[in-house]
Amino acid sequence: MSIENSGKPVTLTIDGKPVQAHSGEFLLEVARRAGIAIPTLCHHPALEPYGGCRLCVVDVTEEGWDGWCKMVIACQFPVKAGIIAYTASERVLETRRVVLDLLLARCPETPLIQTLAREYGIEKTSYSPNPNPTDCILCALCTRVCDHIGVSAIATVNRGIGREVAPPYHQPPPDCIGCLACAEICPTDYIPYATSSTSRTIWGKSFQMLRCPACGRAHITVEQARHFAGQGGVSEDYFTVCDACKRKQMAATFQRLQGVLPAAAPAVR
Amino acid sequence: MRIESPAAFAEFRQRAQAKLAQRQAEVLVCCGTGCLANGAAAVAEAFAAALDGSATEVKTFTKRTGCHGFCERGPLVVLRPSGILYTRVKPRDVQEIVDKTLQGGTVIPRLLYKEPTSGQRIEHYQEVPFYRHQTRVAMRRIGHIDPTDFEDALAHGAYGGLVKALGMTPEEVLKEVEISGLRGRGGAGFSTARKWRSCRNAKGERKFVLCNGDEGDPGAFKDRSIMEGDPHSVLEGMVIGGWAIGAHEGIIYVRDEYPLAVVNLTLAIQQARDAGLLGENILGSGFAFDIRISRGGGAFVCGESSALMRSLEGKVGEPRAKYVHATDRGLYDLPTVLNNVETWADVGAIIEHGGAWFAAMGTAKSKGTKAFSLVGKVKNTGLIELPMGMTLRQIIYDIGGGVLNDRPFKAVQTGGPSGGCVPEALLDLPVDYEKLTEAGSMMGSGGMIVMDDRTCMVDVARYFLKFLTEESCGKCVPCREGLHQMLAMFDDLVAGRGKPGDIERIERLSRGMQLGSLCELGKSAPNPVISTLRYFRDEYVAHVERRECPAGICKDLTTYEIMPETCDGCHACFKACPVEAITGKVKELHVIHQDKCIACGACYDACPTQAIRFLPKHQMAARGVA
Repeated sequence: MSIENSGKPVTLTIDGKPVQAHSGEFLLEVARRAGIAIPTLCHHPALEPYGGCRLCVVDVTEEGWDGWCKMVIACQFPVKAGIIAYTASERVLETRRVVLDLLLARCPETPLIQTLAREYGIEKTSYSPNPNPTDCILCALCTRVCDHIGVSAIATVNRGIGREVAPPYHQPPPDCIGCLACAEICPTDYIPYATSSTSRTIWGKSFQMLRCPACGRAHITVEQARHFAGQGGVSEDYFTVCDACKRKQMAATFQRLQGVLPAAAPAVR
Repeated sequence: MRIESPAAFAEFRQRAQAKLAQRQAEVLVCCGTGCLANGAAAVAEAFAAALDGSATEVKTFTKRTGCHGFCERGPLVVLRPSGILYTRVKPRDVQEIVDKTLQGGTVIPRLLYKEPTSGQRIEHYQEVPFYRHQTRVAMRRIGHIDPTDFEDALAHGAYGGLVKALGMTPEEVLKEVEISGLRGRGGAGFSTARKWRSCRNAKGERKFVLCNGDEGDPGAFKDRSIMEGDPHSVLEGMVIGGWAIGAHEGIIYVRDEYPLAVVNLTLAIQQARDAGLLGENILGSGFAFDIRISRGGGAFVCGESSALMRSLEGKVGEPRAKYVHATDRGLYDLPTVLNNVETWADVGAIIEHGGAWFAAMGTAKSKGTKAFSLVGKVKNTGLIELPMGMTLRQIIYDIGGGVLNDRPFKAVQTGGPSGGCVPEALLDLPVDYEKLTEAGSMMGSGGMIVMDDRTCMVDVARYFLKFLTEESCGKCVPCREGLHQMLAMFDDLVAGRGKPGDIERIERLSRGMQLGSLCELGKSAPNPVISTLRYFRDEYVAHVERRECPAGICKDLTTYEIMPETCDGCHACFKACPVEAITGKVKELHVIHQDKCIACGACYDACPTQAIRFLPKHQMAARGVA
């Protein structure tokens, strides 16, 4: 997901190693492609970069800058020819330590943060630990994936330390389709939900499940089918059969066409 | 009436000036927000009523102007052509002014400004030290015109720069701005010409010209006064900017807490449209440019450029990375120039008088003049504009008249929450972008808060931290969590709960926030902390190690007591105490009861014989006094 995928090929240097890229690509993906690890918490390759966690900070300099470095976040920094990046300079590591130390104070009981902090030598936060420990790191992956799907049922609300992820007015969100994308993408499994063969509940809203007529599996909510049908211009019925059964039925159709199986009425519309 | 050509404009202006010349006298009543709060509206009404049908032969006109700047002495009244300045005018003084001064030609000494050191009464506006040392460019017409009167503004030179600019090529306009050396007046000080040129060179048909009127620093009000007092200067600058970069749309982002600015800007836009100075084919040039207002909801962070643009797009006002400049991808990802109110107000004057004229003022790298809101413990609080390079001492003592109650000067805070505190040792620092930055502060939006010896620097840093903690948007970790933790540490410091190593932890966190935060709010948030640590480290050490507040301000660390040998029983402390913690009869010794005392220090400030002293709480406790 670079801003200009069609940029011209360029060479840059990351941690002393020459790396090929296209100008305009984001430094993070270029580095990761070259096998250079940069930690992130709010990044997801399917979503626009956000720049909230600040863990992917790196130092960048250029010929002629006289050794002066500027600190940037790799996930949003577009590369160009000749830049020299340092992903593990002392001040980069120190900045990440401060960020992780702060996150550990916010989320003292969250395994993901504990592990990351430990990698940077932090066993215990040097700040006041949150008296009400939370697992939400406010990476906003949930709200962004919800926006990306075109639903925008949840958002970050309030400012500063009072910021949180919530549906409008903390009421069951009218726009939610119960797709669970928010819960699935959450890196700390913070968003609770319950799902069964008949119903699903998330954000205080309950959904009726659609059952696949072929296998009987409850694989999608009614609202989900409606939303995707509206977006894709297909009928809602298309979504009643689950993906696995659709594949099976399609395979059967091909086999019939090839004369392996006797002809029968196709089930897929 | 639509003005179709530069010639018609000249004619219109001449008529407006001729109309003004018919007035033999003018009463300029300051109706800026400060004076209005002090009752200026009633004064203006009283003048209008007293002059209406009065027997006087003189044809006198009452004008409600924008902020004269000298808010401390408001409501202000200036008489024209005599230039007599009356201060703190009440409606009951009006008839006397009409009778004695306007008709009788004599001054009323009681209403004149009294120079605090010499006690001398000063008659004329230009001779008052507060005004004498100023040079006004951005505020050139404020106080002289009625901001709602289009003809008045034109007669005083509004849109003269625009007429000239439209007769130049955009490149010539850019060149002139370049020569002027104008830098962003919002505080960062980026070259205005460079910004405009980048946007002019950016690809794209549709470009935007934005005005940042989201002034939100505590104690700053220069942008408000400009928008209220001379809205046409902002509009003029924006149209010129549009012409130079090839944009046709302008938006003024103004905070909704500035209702008078919104009203006056809205009216000015309508007047300019009606006159053909906004809209299609401006002055027959073929150039089209229009401006609309967008009202901000009051989030401090929306003054940050990328957050401001998101807010204009109708999204949540949160900043984003700016590795691609707004001049390439700004509002709606289209090329955008965003400048501060004051910057736009400077532009018209620069084009009219030439870049060289502007560049002749100021210092090597900081050209022209700069507006400041001078507040805090200073005698003459108010709004000022002066050439760059004037020293802090000149500003605080010559213009500001010195520290209130002649107390010792301790520091001046410049640049708002992103700025820092400059100590007494640096009073001779010439004020420009570079020098303030070197001193660990910044120009910022031009707030200047003077502090006396009764100021605890730890408490000051905590105040700004608290402000920023409330205003941080919370998008990025270092700003959201860092400010929260930093404030918690400061809460501990002022309450005597500081721990060894706190100062080092504060410094480490400051560094992390400076390097790691997303936008300037977080990056600069530690500035008040770092600058106070740099110049007043002793005070931090006293709070942490000895649990003492050397300035006697932190309530949890301080107690007050009356020294029997000095108390003359004047009863002033008794009257000043808000919680009745002081007992004593007139001419007898007074006593502070520690169980009731809230350590506010009101008695200390009120005592005429310095019989009250403060001492660390632990000392009092050691003496066994409850």
